[in-house]
Amino acid sequence: MLEQILTLLPQVIFDGFVLGFVYAMVALGYTMVYGVLELINFAHSEIFMIGAVVGVEVFRYLAPSVGNGFLLLLLALVLGGVIAGLTAILVERFAYRPLRKRGTTNRLVPLITAIGVSFILQDLVRLIEGLWHNEFFLRMRTVEGLESSFSLFGGSVFIQTKSLILIGVSILMLVGLTYLVNRTKLGVAIRAVAQDLQTASLMGIDPDRIISRTFLIGGSLGGVAGVLFALQYTTVSPYVGFLPGIKAFTAAVLGGIGNIPGAMLGGLVLGQLENFFGTYLPILTNGNFGTEYKDVVAFLILILILLFRPQGLLGQIVREKV
Amino acid sequence: MTLISFLLSLAFLLLSWLLPGALSAFLGFAALAFAAFARLPQGLRGLNLALLTLGFTLGLKLSGNTLGLIGLVGILVALTTLRLPLWLRLLLGAAILLLSVPLAGFANTFVFELGIQIGIYAAMALGLNVVVGMAGLLDLGYAAFFAVGAYTWAIFGSEQAKNFLQGSFPLPGEYMYLFMGIAIVTTALTGLLIGLPALRLRGDYLAIVTLGLGEVVRILANNLDHPINFTNGPQGITPVQRPPIDWFRHLMAGLGVRLDQTTDYQLFFYLLVLLMIGLVILVNVNLANSRFGRAWVAIREDEIAARSMGIPLLPTKLLAFMTGAAFSGVMGVIFAAQRTFVSPESFTLLASINILAMVILGGMGSIPGAILGAAALSILNLDILKTFSEFVRTSLPQIPNQVDPAKYERLVLGIILVLMMIYRPEGLIPEKRHRAEMEEA
Repeated sequence: MLEQILTLLPQVIFDGFVLGFVYAMVALGYTMVYGVLELINFAHSEIFMIGAVVGVEVFRYLAPSVGNGFLLLLLALVLGGVIAGLTAILVERFAYRPLRKRGTTNRLVPLITAIGVSFILQDLVRLIEGLWHNEFFLRMRTVEGLESSFSLFGGSVFIQTKSLILIGVSILMLVGLTYLVNRTKLGVAIRAVAQDLQTASLMGIDPDRIISRTFLIGGSLGGVAGVLFALQYTTVSPYVGFLPGIKAFTAAVLGGIGNIPGAMLGGLVLGQLENFFGTYLPILTNGNFGTEYKDVVAFLILILILLFRPQGLLGQIVREKV
Repeated sequence: MTLISFLLSLAFLLLSWLLPGALSAFLGFAALAFAAFARLPQGLRGLNLALLTLGFTLGLKLSGNTLGLIGLVGILVALTTLRLPLWLRLLLGAAILLLSVPLAGFANTFVFELGIQIGIYAAMALGLNVVVGMAGLLDLGYAAFFAVGAYTWAIFGSEQAKNFLQGSFPLPGEYMYLFMGIAIVTTALTGLLIGLPALRLRGDYLAIVTLGLGEVVRILANNLDHPINFTNGPQGITPVQRPPIDWFRHLMAGLGVRLDQTTDYQLFFYLLVLLMIGLVILVNVNLANSRFGRAWVAIREDEIAARSMGIPLLPTKLLAFMTGAAFSGVMGVIFAAQRTFVSPESFTLLASINILAMVILGGMGSIPGAILGAAALSILNLDILKTFSEFVRTSLPQIPNQVDPAKYERLVLGIILVLMMIYRPEGLIPEKRHRAEMEEA
C-alpha cells in the first residue's frame, strides 16, 4: 500500500496544485469584496460559473474559425472575464447597492440577498443554455495545442499544457492584483473605502464607483478562473459554481479573509489537502470510503480553522468595537 | 364601505357556487383584501370572513382549483392579525382547518397532499423561526436536521436496519410515535454537535459553516450505503412503515365519516400535522415569553451588550439551535412515514433555503408569518408553478419546454429573496420588535 501511495504522490501533488490554483483564483474575488464591504458575496460562485459557461461557448463557436488553440484561449479568457465582470457590476448595482442606500445594519440582509442572486443567476443561465442548445450540461470542446502533454520524473508525473497555463495565469493574477491594490491610485481608493467608507467619501472618493470597480475586478478574475476551470475539468453546468465557490470561500477564510496572498496560500493548502484525501481515502480504507468524502474533508477543515485560528493563516485579529 | 364589502363577499359566494374556478377565486381574493383593509365594524368583518370561508370552501370542493386553498390560508392570516372577537376567530379557524380542508380533500385528494406539505413546512419554518427569527442565527443547513429525523425512522421502520442489526425489522408502525420522541433526541444531539463548533462564530461565518455541515449530512446520506448499508445511498429507503390507524377509522366512522383507502391516511396525517403545528406554536409562544426567549432576542439585538448583562452566549445560542433542530426532526419522522419513502434528494441546500425563505417572506420572528410563508411558498412550488407549466404546455405549445416554469423554482425563490430584502426585509407580517429594529436601521 505504501508503495502505491509513493508512486502516486508526485502526480497527486501536481494535481493538488492545479486544483489549489483554481480555488485561489476564485478566493481572490471573495477576498476583494469581503475586504471592502465585509460581505460574503455568495453570488461570486455564480460569476465563476458564468465564466466557465462563456468559455465553453467561445470554444464551441470559435474553434473552427480560430485555428490556434492559444489565441482561442486568450479570446475565451478575455470574453469570460468581461462578461463575468459586467455581471458582477449588475449584481452590485441592482441587488447590493439598494441595501447600502437603505443603510441596513443587519448583517443577515445582504447575505440573504446574495443567496437569492446566486439562485437567480443559476436558473437564468440554465434558461439561456436550455433555449440555446436544448441542454444545460455542457462539455468543453478539446483543442489540439492545449491538450498536449509531457511526463516528468520517469513518467511519474503527467503534465498537460493547459494545467501549466492555468498555474501561470493565476500567478499573474496574484501579482497583478497585489500591484493594483498596493501601487495604483485605484488600489489606494479601494483600501480607503475598505478602511472607512464615510471618511473615504469625505476625501473626495466616490464610494459607489470604487465598489463598482471592486466588483468588476473581482468578477473578471472569477470569470477568468471559470474559463480555466472549464478547460481543465471539461464538464460545466449552471450548478457547477456551488462547490468550488464554497471551497474558495473556505480557502479565503483559511488564508485570512481580506488578505490577497492569504487567499492564494489558502487555496493551495486546500487544493492539496482535498486532492490528497480524494486520492488516498479509497486506498487507505480499502475502498470503504470513496472520493466523495473529500468534500467532507474541506468542510471539516473550515470548521477547524474557524475554531482554532479564526483570523486565518495570514490574517490579523480584528477587534470588534463597541 | 361596509355595504360594498358585504356585497362583494356575497357575490363571491354566489359565483363560487355557480361558476367555481380560477376566476371566482380571484374575485374572492379581492373581496378578502377589501374585508381585511377597509374600515369595517368588527361584527360585519366577521360575517364577511365567514361568507368568504364558505365561498372558498365551495370553490375548492366543486372545482378542485387549489387557488381556493390560498384564499383559506388568507382568511386564517386575517383571523390572526385583524381585530376580531376571540370566539369568532376560534370558530372560523377551526371550521377552516377541520371542515373546509377535509371536505375539499375528500373531493380532491391533492388538497390533502398540499395541506400536509404546507403543514410539515410550516412546522419546520416555525422551528427555524426560533433559530433565525428569535435568536438571529442564520442557519443554512436546516434541512440536515429534517434528514436526520427522517432517516431515524426510515432506517428502523423499514428492512434497512437488518443490514447492521439483529432482530425483526421493520419495526411495527406504532413505533413511529416512539421514534418521534427519539428523533427529538437524535436531532437535538446533531444540533449540539453542529452548534458547538459553529456557534462560536459570527453571523456570516455561522451561515457558511451550517451550509457546509448541511452538505456533509447530505453527502453522508448519499454515501453511507457502503461499507455498511445504513442509508441505501441515492436510491433511498422504501417502504417505510406507517402507524396502523384502525382506531382512527373507527373514530371517524363513529363521527359519520366513511374513509376509503385513498383518503384515510391522508386525513390522518393531515390531522397529525395540524396537531404538531399546534404543539409547536404552543412551545414557540411559551419560549418567546420565557427567560430564554428574552435572552435570544437580546443576543439577536446586540451580542456584546447581552454578554455584558450576564447572558451566557454559547449555551443560550445552543439551546435555540437544538430547539429548532428538534422541531425539524419530529417533522422528518412524519414526512418519512407519510411518503413511505426517504432519499437524499429531499434534503438539499434548496430545501434549506426554501424553509429560510418561508421564514423571511412571512416575517422573521413572527409565528403567523412563518405559517403564511410556508403556505405561500409550498403552494407556489407544488401547485402554481406546476399548473402554470401545464397551462403553458397545453395552450402555448409553440413555447419550448425548456421554459417550463416548474423547472425554475430557484429563480422564483431567488427573486422573492432579493425583492424582500430590498423592499420589505421585515417580512409580510412582521413581529413588532423586529419591525422596530428594521425601521430604526
